[in-house]
Amino acid sequence: MVSRTTDDYIKMVTAGCAAVCEPAFWAGFDRSSAQGFYDYFCQLTEHEPKRAAKFGLPHFTWLCINPKESEDVKLAEDVLAIIPQFLDKPNVLGIGEIGLNKNSRNELKVLEMHVDLAARHNQLILVHTPHLEDKLKGTKLIIDVLKNDKRIQPERCIIDHVEEHTAKLAHDAGFWAGMTLYPETKCTAARAIDILEYYGTDRIWMNSACDWGISVPLAVPYAALEMRKRGYSADWIDKVVYQNPIAFMKQSPRFNLPES
Amino acid sequence: MNKQQLMDLYFLDARARLIDIAAFLDRIERAEGTEDFRMVAFRKAVGVLSAGNKQKAREVLMSFSDPTDKPIEKAHSKGACGAWPGEVKS
Repeated sequence: MVSRTTDDYIKMVTAGCAAVCEPAFWAGFDRSSAQGFYDYFCQLTEHEPKRAAKFGLPHFTWLCINPKESEDVKLAEDVLAIIPQFLDKPNVLGIGEIGLNKNSRNELKVLEMHVDLAARHNQLILVHTPHLEDKLKGTKLIIDVLKNDKRIQPERCIIDHVEEHTAKLAHDAGFWAGMTLYPETKCTAARAIDILEYYGTDRIWMNSACDWGISVPLAVPYAALEMRKRGYSADWIDKVVYQNPIAFMKQSPRFNLPES
Repeated sequence: MNKQQLMDLYFLDARARLIDIAAFLDRIERAEGTEDFRMVAFRKAVGVLSAGNKQKAREVLMSFSDPTDKPIEKAHSKGACGAWPGEVKS
């Protein structure tokens, strides 16, 4: 949400959103030093929760150096060194969004460093899978990394941005799967519902993107409307858009929502 | 939902998207220059639509995907273009 205006917070609260969960993300440009990430992590753990709270919206976050900035291994090492001091902040749910972007050797090395960090600190993991033509291969490489680290419990990891060709890979390996709804890339609401019809509603959720590019913060509420058009019950919709995310994130002791 | 209900809900939207694809192909073919690997992949993906496969969306995505399984030596860019260009020597 750091790239969005307060209008988006107002719309989200009005649409019934109960919380916002913001992963550490690429800024649209490369940060020049670990100090830049220190400031960003302060923004995610101190300033943004206060901004969201003004609109009655609990704010949670995930910390990492995004795969788009993982080609520079030395920078990644410096950034990973400062993450532990933020892990006890009250809105931090885990390590994310880690993963791969172009499926390079250095990206893979930095992914393994993040997985090790998460394992050592018993953190949940949120995984970004690559875009477009790189997604299939990247998803397979990521699953291999996670499965090869025997400290990692698949049910404490969510592999995000799955589509029709990768949802089964993540799900069959025991991970949670996330479908990110975008107007142009990744997944539309209608396709996300199709994927639910193929693979069921266990260990799967959908999320809106709120980044600096073309994205729709209300994509999940719009998807709920699409589900109603498709004839799904209120309980079915509630499980997919609300209960499932809670079930996953409740694995972090810091994920608590105020009584409604 | 049954087929009739799904057609009622999605037919006009799908029809519009199909015409957009047809117009895109016409636009490309009217223009000067040569097509690159993206259009090769696109035309292959269009062919999937008239095949008998029951998971056409998955097959279309697979047809655009990098089929290899080894990491590349180095990331030279951040973006993706939507279709796999083939093996690139670093």
